[in-house]
Amino acid sequence: MSNTENRAATNYQWVGKRTRRPDGVDKVTGRARYGDDMVAAGMLHAKILRSPHAHAKIISIDVSKAKALKGVKGIITSADIPDHPLSKPPYPPIINDLHDISRNIMAREKVLYDGHAVAAVAATSERIAREALKLIEVEYEVLPHVLDPREAAKPDAPILHEDQFTFGVDPAPEKPSNLFRSVSGQRGDIEKGFAEAEIVVERTFSSEPVHQGFIEPLSCIANATEDGGVELWTSTQGHFVARGLCARLLNMELSKIRVTASEIGGGFGGKNTIYGEPVAIRLSQLTRRPVRLVMSRSEIFRASGPTVGSYSRVRIGAKKDGVITAAEAEIWYQAGAFKGAPVGRALDTFFSAYSIENIKTTAHDVCVNRAKAAAYRAPGAPMAAYAAESTINDLAARLGMDRVELRLKNAVREGGESLMGAKYGPIGMIDVLEKVRSHEHYSAPLGPNQGRGFALGYWLHGGGLSTASVNVQDDGTITIATGSPDIGGSRSSMRAMAAEELGIDLERVIPIIADTSSIGYSHLTAGSRTTYATGMAVINATREAIDKLRALAAKKWEIPVEEVNWEAGHACPADTARGDIKPLSLTELAGMAPKMGGAIAGHSAINASGAGAAFSAQLVDVEVDPETGFVSPKRYTVFQDVGRAISPDYVEGQIQGGAVQGIGWALNEEYVYDDQARLQNTGFLDYRMPVASDVPMIEAVMIEVPNPNHPYGVRGVGEPPLVAAPAAVASAVENAIGKPLSSLPLSPPKVLSALGRARAGDD
Amino acid sequence: MSRNLVTATINGDEVEFSCSTGQTLLEVLRGELYLTGTKNGCGSGDCGACTVFLNGRPVNACLVLGVEVGGANIETIEGMAKDDQLHPLQQKFLDHAALQCGFCTPGILNMAKALLEKNPDPSESEVRFGLAGNLCRCTGYDKIIRAVLDAAAEMRASGS
Repeated sequence: MSNTENRAATNYQWVGKRTRRPDGVDKVTGRARYGDDMVAAGMLHAKILRSPHAHAKIISIDVSKAKALKGVKGIITSADIPDHPLSKPPYPPIINDLHDISRNIMAREKVLYDGHAVAAVAATSERIAREALKLIEVEYEVLPHVLDPREAAKPDAPILHEDQFTFGVDPAPEKPSNLFRSVSGQRGDIEKGFAEAEIVVERTFSSEPVHQGFIEPLSCIANATEDGGVELWTSTQGHFVARGLCARLLNMELSKIRVTASEIGGGFGGKNTIYGEPVAIRLSQLTRRPVRLVMSRSEIFRASGPTVGSYSRVRIGAKKDGVITAAEAEIWYQAGAFKGAPVGRALDTFFSAYSIENIKTTAHDVCVNRAKAAAYRAPGAPMAAYAAESTINDLAARLGMDRVELRLKNAVREGGESLMGAKYGPIGMIDVLEKVRSHEHYSAPLGPNQGRGFALGYWLHGGGLSTASVNVQDDGTITIATGSPDIGGSRSSMRAMAAEELGIDLERVIPIIADTSSIGYSHLTAGSRTTYATGMAVINATREAIDKLRALAAKKWEIPVEEVNWEAGHACPADTARGDIKPLSLTELAGMAPKMGGAIAGHSAINASGAGAAFSAQLVDVEVDPETGFVSPKRYTVFQDVGRAISPDYVEGQIQGGAVQGIGWALNEEYVYDDQARLQNTGFLDYRMPVASDVPMIEAVMIEVPNPNHPYGVRGVGEPPLVAAPAAVASAVENAIGKPLSSLPLSPPKVLSALGRARAGDD
Repeated sequence: MSRNLVTATINGDEVEFSCSTGQTLLEVLRGELYLTGTKNGCGSGDCGACTVFLNGRPVNACLVLGVEVGGANIETIEGMAKDDQLHPLQQKFLDHAALQCGFCTPGILNMAKALLEKNPDPSESEVRFGLAGNLCRCTGYDKIIRAVLDAAAEMRASGS
């Protein structure tokens, strides 16, 4: 059977059903083991000394006093981490530059942000390790800093990297710059498009860096052995990626590092890369003891990547009937201390939900004295969508057109393509918009001081490398091993798809996450690729096992394998005339297998493509307190094309969670620095993420337009809800107060100030 | 460094442990007693992941010192299920898919249990405010609130 063969949409036994997750009991009883829940005999505890300066030369580091402290077993600095040359163009879309990673995990020549790691200590207790940090003497030469990406891109800005010259500029610049690169995407003739326009709307926007806010700290244990091997236990979204980065960084062979992914307590892209892992490995190699490294919440805010902050400008031209003739956008992203802001995704996100003839988008990747940005749920997209969708809402207002009507007029359909050239197969953009219009929320009355927001979210999902093994145990139970950490219930979906293929009870299938030495390469659990790509590998591997079970039955019955079907957990003769042959159950076959050639297993290693695009539309009602400027979301409905929901509970969960992260992004969350560029809000009290009393129920309306590239029609679902949310919430606030607000977060002081302006304007 | 010998009742068992004066109850539970179901999300009382019962009241274990709990009765997530039976809240969290990564779940279950002991018939709003000290970044709270309300209804019906 081929990958693209679609199962009939009806009569599924397990796909699309709401069932208890296989790891559920462990997680409600406290048994599940996360990054910091593992212990190793003789384990040491590591702590990292971090820079108090945003930008400074490291003149000297003296560890002698710390080394002399009783209980200290090892100390490392950047001198203990191999250096790597600067990577050269052409740069890949996602830059994993070892030169930068080695400097990010341990500062080398300079510290580049408040919280940048400078040295690390392993000691017999965490307390002693912390004491030792105080005894390390670092001499700094403090340098001027820069936080704002537009300031940083200016020629006279303080330079973070003397060896970084803006890429892609002709002639090549002679002076180094914080601007790493500018990228553009273009379609049609933007000048012609604006010339045809009868109305042009232009706005500027800004957004602050926000953190992924995973509740489980970054934690790992490394155990290096005398023969050069390393065991690593870590909370990661990709243990193969963690292995690859650690091995390349430390000049080790891949197979010498065996990484086990712990249960993971949230990631949202923030655990796609490495921070403490190579530090723990080096300390373990040095001390010959297992080393545990757990980052505190304050360290996580200061030194693990938030997503980029942004400045943007959007200009849209349209005919009076609402047809958009031209759309232009430019955005500056704060990459943080090292290059690699998600500029490519920004280009694609602005207008790819629309069919517009003339588009130009530009994005700038600028280094500033902040922690290196990391992925956060649709990296680069929510800020771009915030700018584009807000401007399109303005356009609707200026045209006197309904916001959904304007989208329907311009929405992309099957056969269209994204700006960056992704061709759309069957997509649910129009279905989603129609559903919005027919939903009761759309025309429900609003109360005083309330406003309604609307926005679209688009994300092009990824596939990639995934491996799965399916083992048929000799009692007829099944174990599925994949290499994809389960961050939000994916084991439920793996189990459902395997049980569906096999036609057996769900409880007979046990899914596990295998370590890097026990299964083949599997890329990150990111970009909603797991249920799609790893799911496809599971289906393939299950089908291979079924083929072997059929072959076994054929051998037993002495008939050709082509004459054996697999139905509802049984091998059956295809020819009904063979009435004398009784079907063999999976259990019977599994019991026979060891004596008839060996145990049954299926294996699949794939590079999945065709995950395709997904679209979300959101309606949100907010109430603005005119006295305080506090914004309270009152009602929230998300409409999304989910392809096929294998586990509807967890698809809804993705939608609801993404929307609430967007509420936080739009209303509360931001990084606050003092005048020395030291981060001021390094805890959950001051970096305030939404709590239960801040948000309403989130109604998730799932629209299923199956993806033809997946056997069950799966689409990615995690990103679109967040892409649309900041724009939707912001537009609700604008709708409530009747004034534009162009800077996230819409915290009470900003809203109050806008209200003041609004009142003054009314006078 | 001198250590203090402390005796407390934890999940019904009398437990003796030693701890330094500065060690928190959270560090004791996780580091000394290996009761790692109580999670450390922040260490500053802001996330609620370490919520346990101390003499019947919910507390953030990271804000209590180990030396303070001598003679006290402590209940952690490991003690919530009785014999083979999950607590109704645990059952409903599974039925409603009220967890994704599951890291905040032990703290939220304990806080919800405390809430229902005080108020067996809470409104949605009361559940939201009752859980406002517990951060969840995955679920958007929707399914958590539904699970707690459903568990409350079931507990009222069964008189438990």
